[in-house]
Amino acid sequence: MNIVVCIKQVPDTTNVRIDRKTNNLVREGVPSVINPDDMRALELAAQLKEKHGFKVFVVTMGPPQAVEALKDAMAFGLDEAVLLSDRAFAGADTLATTYTLSLGIKKLEKERGPVKLILTGKQAVDGDTGQVGPGLATRFGFALGAYVTKVESFNPETGELVIIRRIDRGFEKVKMKLPAVLTVTSELNEPRYADLPNLIRAIQYEPLIWNHKDIEADPKKCGFFGSPTRVVRTNIPPARKGGDIVSKNEEPEVAAEKLLEALKKFEAVRLVESLRTALGSDE
Amino acid sequence: MMAKHGNIFVFVEHYNGHAHPVSWELLGKARDLVQKLEGSEVWAVVLGDGLDSVCEEAIHRGADKVLYVKNKELNEYINYKYQKALVEMVKKYQPEIFLIGATLEGRELAGMVATELQTGLTADCTGLDILPDKELLAMTRPTFGGNLMATIMCPDHRPQMATVRPGVMKELPPDPKRKGEIIVEEYHLPAIEKLLDILELIPVTSEVNLQYAPVVVAGGKGVGGPEGFKILRELAQLLGGEIGASRAAVKAGWISDEYQVGQTGKTIRPVLYIACGISGAVQHVVGIKESEIIVAINIDENAPIFEIADIGIVGDLHRVVPALTKKFRERLEKRGEVKA
Ligand SMILES: Cc1cc2nc3c(=O)[nH]c(=O)nc-3n(C[C@H](O)[C@H](O)[C@H](O)COP(=O)(O)OP(=O)(O)OC[C@H]3O[C@@H](n4cnc5c(N)ncnc54)[C@H](O)[C@@H]3O)c2cc1C
Ligand SMILES: Nc1ncnc2c1ncn2[C@@H]1O[C@H](COP(=O)(O)O)[C@@H](O)[C@H]1O
Repeated sequence: MNIVVCIKQVPDTTNVRIDRKTNNLVREGVPSVINPDDMRALELAAQLKEKHGFKVFVVTMGPPQAVEALKDAMAFGLDEAVLLSDRAFAGADTLATTYTLSLGIKKLEKERGPVKLILTGKQAVDGDTGQVGPGLATRFGFALGAYVTKVESFNPETGELVIIRRIDRGFEKVKMKLPAVLTVTSELNEPRYADLPNLIRAIQYEPLIWNHKDIEADPKKCGFFGSPTRVVRTNIPPARKGGDIVSKNEEPEVAAEKLLEALKKFEAVRLVESLRTALGSDE
Repeated sequence: MMAKHGNIFVFVEHYNGHAHPVSWELLGKARDLVQKLEGSEVWAVVLGDGLDSVCEEAIHRGADKVLYVKNKELNEYINYKYQKALVEMVKKYQPEIFLIGATLEGRELAGMVATELQTGLTADCTGLDILPDKELLAMTRPTFGGNLMATIMCPDHRPQMATVRPGVMKELPPDPKRKGEIIVEEYHLPAIEKLLDILELIPVTSEVNLQYAPVVVAGGKGVGGPEGFKILRELAQLLGGEIGASRAAVKAGWISDEYQVGQTGKTIRPVLYIACGISGAVQHVVGIKESEIIVAINIDENAPIFEIADIGIVGDLHRVVPALTKKFRERLEKRGEVKA
């Protein structure tokens, strides 16, 4: 059985700058990293490999320099890595991305055997969409476990899997069966530090590189042309402006009272039950 | 000539017979949008059974019609079943626009539905508008961790789909006099393979829950020691929130690093962030700047945190925080009595 981990190379968003003239992100000089959630997916795959002997393939769609991310991923001791790279893939939204990724995964299946588990991160820090995992599950018709915080049990014989996943009201314990797509969160695990042999292997490793012909993709369904959505404008959000200091060195009770009064003016407080109750009108 | 527009679908997320507030916010926004789309209506889409009161409230909250997709199997949210039902409704009624709340479930579901429909989807929007000339939906959303706002359109595919962040759009107060039609769709799920079983709902406990907490009370160097976090925790728990910390407090060993907020810690977006004894270094602020409301309590009136705080209190956190907890507790208790 094979596992595929989809990873994305992203700019380290904590270092992103913006060109005030063009309103574009300045990517030059910004280090690229593997998307943080994807590191968790890699760690999970590495653990499953160690325990059950599965083969693990890492796949990314990106520009040629994304080989660096794949090499880093190989330090988790995985089997092979594939870069899907082609001019025709550029400018993809999530629909075009999942189209390309799914064809890449299908080619892997054809050549290396069936893929029963696809892992992605919960979301990528650059786009923040979280749509690629659900999109892949839909394209393959696999069960989807999104926002996984824990894998409680896994039976390699039956393919049965119990996961804990985050939902808005708390967590959900879900039983599912392979084939499946899991999107994983940062709570899932702590990615390992690679040991020396794996590091050396990773540095020397050369990923496979496939273009649209290799994966038999229709260029009209890839990249910019295959993307239903268009970014028509980008702008920098106005910097946050501070409000007033409502109390200065007064008795704590007075300060607290003034704070509560000031809070009442914010519409958003009604989103939180305790605040809504405490600050509600006195009628 | 331009064809008559299709309608705006709003997905109503519900559990235990109650709608998620974001659904009403979306109906409020859809009423705005529909003004600019001649001939269009706002349709609320409700999946499940025994949800008559939710359907009626949807009308009171702004829906012209409610598409009540009736099936007991849809009472509980299960991603692939909801996907099937929604895809079928879209194919049948051909909406122009489809809005879903950007809750965790909503974002997952929208991703599945949009993929099956082969249409575009814009995630986690904070702004929606109709462009007057083209009559297209302009969807605005933060990207790159809120560093950039992008406006996105879906010109040639239908429906134009968006998930919308809770708490951004304004709901309309319910108007019991509003009239509308409930279309009951007796729906049978196709014979599909069972993909998941939900075994259990585990409510959130007070383990580290920072990234999802609606209220975060955070402490910095000014807290003075591990004991100082006790008073912060009391306030946080009272309000149903969590505590957080600056790196200085973590480095001092007063609290574990899971609580750290900022560039090397967690990025959070609570409704209310209360910074206690935190100076407001840029590396800290990047992690909190998307909070709805920021309150700062600091003894130094020149602390940079006041430049971004919506509400500032100059004072000693060791005195102000307990007073605040006391005030909140009194009010919550009083309201509790009134209710009972
Ligand atoms: C690469 C890098 C990454 C970093 N990442 C992070 C990060 O992720 N998160 C983070 O927080 N920091 C981070 N930092 C550190 C950051 O620059 C600051 O040093 C740190 O945030 C300061 O923490 P502080 O505000 O608690 O402490 P201080 O700056 O020492 O401020 C303490 C504040 O408490 C006030 N105070 C003191 N006593 C009281 C009292 N009794 N009542 C009320 N107020 C009182 C003081 O007036 C002061 O403003 C990073 C730094 C670097 C270089
Ligand atoms: N270009 C890509 N190549 C491979 N995997 C991707 C790509 N884009 C997104 N993913 C995967 O999908 C997850 C969610 O990304 P997103 O939907 O863009 O937020 C990421 O964490 C990755 O695991």
